[in-house]
Amino acid sequence: MFGLGTTNSLTMDKPHPDSLLDTGVQGVIGKPLDRIDGPLKVTGTATYAAEYQFANMAYGVLVGTKISAGKVVSIDVDAVKSIPGVIDVVTDFDQFIRVSAQGGATDAPTQGVKDIAFFGQIVAIVLAESFEVARDAAARLPIEYDEAEGQYDFAAHRDETRTPPDDATPAHFKQGDVDKAMAEAAVTIDSTYVTPSQNSAAMEPHASTAVWEEDGSLSLYGAYQMPTSDAQQLAKSLGLSEKKVRIIARYIGGGFGSKLGIAPESVAAAIAAKQLGRPVKAVMSRPQVFEATVRRSNTEQHVRLAADADGKLLAIGHETLTSNQPTEDYFEPAGIGTHLLYGGENRLITHEVVDVNFVLSGSMRAPGEAVGMLALEGAMDELAEKLEMDPIELRKRNDPKIDPEKDVPYSSRNLTRALDEGAKKFGWDKRQKAGTRREGEWLIGMGVASAVRGNMMMESSAKVEIHPDGSATVSSAMTDIGTGSYTILAQIASEILGIPVENITMSLGDTNDPPAAGSGGSWGAASSGTAVYLACEMLRGKLAKAAGVDEDGLTLKDGNAIGDNRSTPIGELVGKGFEATGHIKPGKQEKETSQAGFGAHFAEVAVNVITGETRVRRMLGSFAAGRVLNAKTARSQCLGGMTFGIGAALTEDLIHDTRTGKLVNHDLAEYHVPANADIPQMDVHFVDERDIHANPIHAKGIGELGISGAGAAVANAVYNATGIRVREFPITLDKLLDQLPAV
Amino acid sequence: MKTFTYEKPATPEAAVKDIDTSGAKFIAGGTNLLDLMKLQVETPDKLVDISRLDLAKIEEREDGGLTIGALVPNSDLAADRRVVAKYEVLSRALLAGASGQLRNKASTGGNLLQRTRCYYFYDTAAACNKREPGSGCSAIGGFNRILAVLGTSEHCIATHPSDMAVAMRALDATIVTLKADGDRRRISIHDFYRLPGDTPQIENALEAGELITHIELPAPVKGKQEYRKVRDRASYAFALVSVAAIVDVQDGVIASASLAFGGLGPMPWRNPAVEAALVGKAPSDAVFEAAATALLADAKGYGSNDFKIPLARRTLIATLRNVTGA
Repeated sequence: MFGLGTTNSLTMDKPHPDSLLDTGVQGVIGKPLDRIDGPLKVTGTATYAAEYQFANMAYGVLVGTKISAGKVVSIDVDAVKSIPGVIDVVTDFDQFIRVSAQGGATDAPTQGVKDIAFFGQIVAIVLAESFEVARDAAARLPIEYDEAEGQYDFAAHRDETRTPPDDATPAHFKQGDVDKAMAEAAVTIDSTYVTPSQNSAAMEPHASTAVWEEDGSLSLYGAYQMPTSDAQQLAKSLGLSEKKVRIIARYIGGGFGSKLGIAPESVAAAIAAKQLGRPVKAVMSRPQVFEATVRRSNTEQHVRLAADADGKLLAIGHETLTSNQPTEDYFEPAGIGTHLLYGGENRLITHEVVDVNFVLSGSMRAPGEAVGMLALEGAMDELAEKLEMDPIELRKRNDPKIDPEKDVPYSSRNLTRALDEGAKKFGWDKRQKAGTRREGEWLIGMGVASAVRGNMMMESSAKVEIHPDGSATVSSAMTDIGTGSYTILAQIASEILGIPVENITMSLGDTNDPPAAGSGGSWGAASSGTAVYLACEMLRGKLAKAAGVDEDGLTLKDGNAIGDNRSTPIGELVGKGFEATGHIKPGKQEKETSQAGFGAHFAEVAVNVITGETRVRRMLGSFAAGRVLNAKTARSQCLGGMTFGIGAALTEDLIHDTRTGKLVNHDLAEYHVPANADIPQMDVHFVDERDIHANPIHAKGIGELGISGAGAAVANAVYNATGIRVREFPITLDKLLDQLPAV
Repeated sequence: MKTFTYEKPATPEAAVKDIDTSGAKFIAGGTNLLDLMKLQVETPDKLVDISRLDLAKIEEREDGGLTIGALVPNSDLAADRRVVAKYEVLSRALLAGASGQLRNKASTGGNLLQRTRCYYFYDTAAACNKREPGSGCSAIGGFNRILAVLGTSEHCIATHPSDMAVAMRALDATIVTLKADGDRRRISIHDFYRLPGDTPQIENALEAGELITHIELPAPVKGKQEYRKVRDRASYAFALVSVAAIVDVQDGVIASASLAFGGLGPMPWRNPAVEAALVGKAPSDAVFEAAATALLADAKGYGSNDFKIPLARRTLIATLRNVTGA
């Protein structure tokens, strides 16, 4: 490894049982350190995409279509150019992107905005000397349309489906014969669940500030989760070489999937900046974020379960319908978790798509599992009820030893432990029969659901430098979207190099730094964490050599290299400085093991017997996600996921007017994410686990595990409280009202 | 937001003189108007800022009632010890509305004048007779979950979003105004709001340039007070149904009852027939049922808001049980 340049590469072909995080003695790994970017954020000094200021910058406000299908005939630019302060109106019918890019894509998304695929499609950008003038002119910009019929009613078109091309999840999977098993089994469940479209509702709206440099390259300050592939998308969209596009995304105010790929404001800002010869800032309004970026698709999910009298699953059918625009291949992989969560010989998992003229369907936190498990785990609760079996016992009886479809072992799997340890902490033994516990006007119930989220690793790299003063710098095109990446990557470097966290400078979110997969799919910690690990591993070797000690005999702690009864400040060993780049790629382990995080959600809810209002009283998530790198940020990730789960179960519902395709509730007043008062006492428990097949740091993804199954636990608790099974999410009071006891 | 001019008069008398064009508007807390201006739903060419006028006091009158300055912030009104002690329903209604930050900004007078939260009113690409008279009503036949089931017309089914105004209606408040010509008026809250009919753009009795300066509450009345708000999340959501109730039971008989409702109609709703069904009767479920029937006799659902009718019935009955102890 040494003397072979400055890159330490690893392809994850073999298990990696030894980890420098176990032998390091700095003692920071796993510690609940505060986020190192926290003070910057609470003092308003962390710079977000919309906050960069440049001399001579023009303010851009995007203009969306007021119809959902048809063509743009003309845009009357002159009508607004006379407004004082307006500089120009820029449009490019061919080059503007119609939809956001999907996460990780390296091509441009669908381009061309003359054809209108959905309401609010961005077709122009108004540039002015102030934001206010630009907004006024944008609102007044006359656009002539040739309107066409569109498909705005999912239910009406639900029989007109198409089979999308396979994605990471196959569109169709079949094993054995579910129909036959259903016909023969002792106990069966056959239910259809419906979930609505959702929006990530990240606090920071999509924003881009585009600056063309003198050498003809583009610097785009954007709110993006995956700068490396985002820069590729942007370059392709603009017809530039990849090298000519730099994306800077130092801080991102939440993404949850909505900022995986570039959104229309980036290309519009870049084209406008070029045309004006001035930097251009374009920030989406909240309605534009809802109307013109990305939504989680609505779903209709037909779940069938067949079990023997002891609750052993014989068959699982999970047939799903989702929606997207006709030109788009992406489908919400609602059956994804069903592939590996439970045993059962006969399996059928399908995804079909209904064409609609709605905003693009794409990734939102735990695409697939988040909504798929509302259905699967609801059906499991139904099965437990039918079997008169404790729902935890039913899940444990179907916890397979090996992957039921791939016939390979799990890299690590502790579903049963997560269920058992969680049940004990939650007080599950106090759960009563459905519809029997009441406190005044409130019906009280408890629910449980399993959690599963596939574990992913993505090719990533990071550079670590040790400076003569003993400090270090970690740099990568990785991002921190509010998850704690800055902090955990510093902790990894600190643990291995023995350099205190406060002496490590983090540089993330810049494509000028080594490429990385960014933040998405909960792969950030494992992928970029391993890249940092590998760079530090190499630096450790260099330090050993410089100190003249054996690597095995080297201890790095508190800025000192200790070995052979000598302690030398690390800075004195590095001459003008050491640097190394770590590079990780997924390998054979991905195929040879089945990798996922597992867990269990427990919820206690109160349902008002008069009004049907449901309020969550307490919640516990119990998770087995490999090594926990920072107990505080990991817990916060889980709490965030569980909060999303409460929203999915009870409040979030992105509604399209079926007459026009228009979003009815395109802001935070009427698209109801949970408010503080909706979030009760929540607790997170981590099952002690290491995953040696996943990566050298032995961690699995955590950001999405917290949502996967969370809403189902809430819904199952509503059933336990009321005896009413609502299969159409969210469980708003009107869906309970007519089945509640008469007043 | 359309460019506008801005005046900041020193007195109410100067303020009403500054409202000299049809495109001028008063602004106090701005918690509703600014949002609507950003969306170009409201496009005033002039704003007259009344937020610093000397109208932010709460004073007791000799008759035992309270006179509330129009600029008293919602949070101050909710926390006022006299309001908490004697007009509990008002304090509770205020605290059930909006968020802490909004309540700090929002004024008492402005709260009465909130525009509807109808999705289509906010959407300038949709037809809305309230926003653009004669353009039609997108809510009828559309998604209307939060909209009205009482007092609607074929032109508009908007709801009035205020919680505070519902309590004010149960409390028989009076709205005191100053007109452009210097005249003062006292308008009962029962005469203040307008049904949509075929002019849904006219929402209240205020004349052009007329400024609300005070709200008077009569002397406290006997009875148990409650404000119950039913909503889609625990906070920061508009009422699906709300009930403001002040009910006095003497010797086992309902001696007086005052009931107003939010989330059901284009104005804070009050119907004397509901109270007539209660007063003089011994509290019982049958009596409460009769009151609910009186309330909902003319209720009409529009699809996605049909559930409000049974919800209102259930909520009223439960509220009456609480306040009567039955």
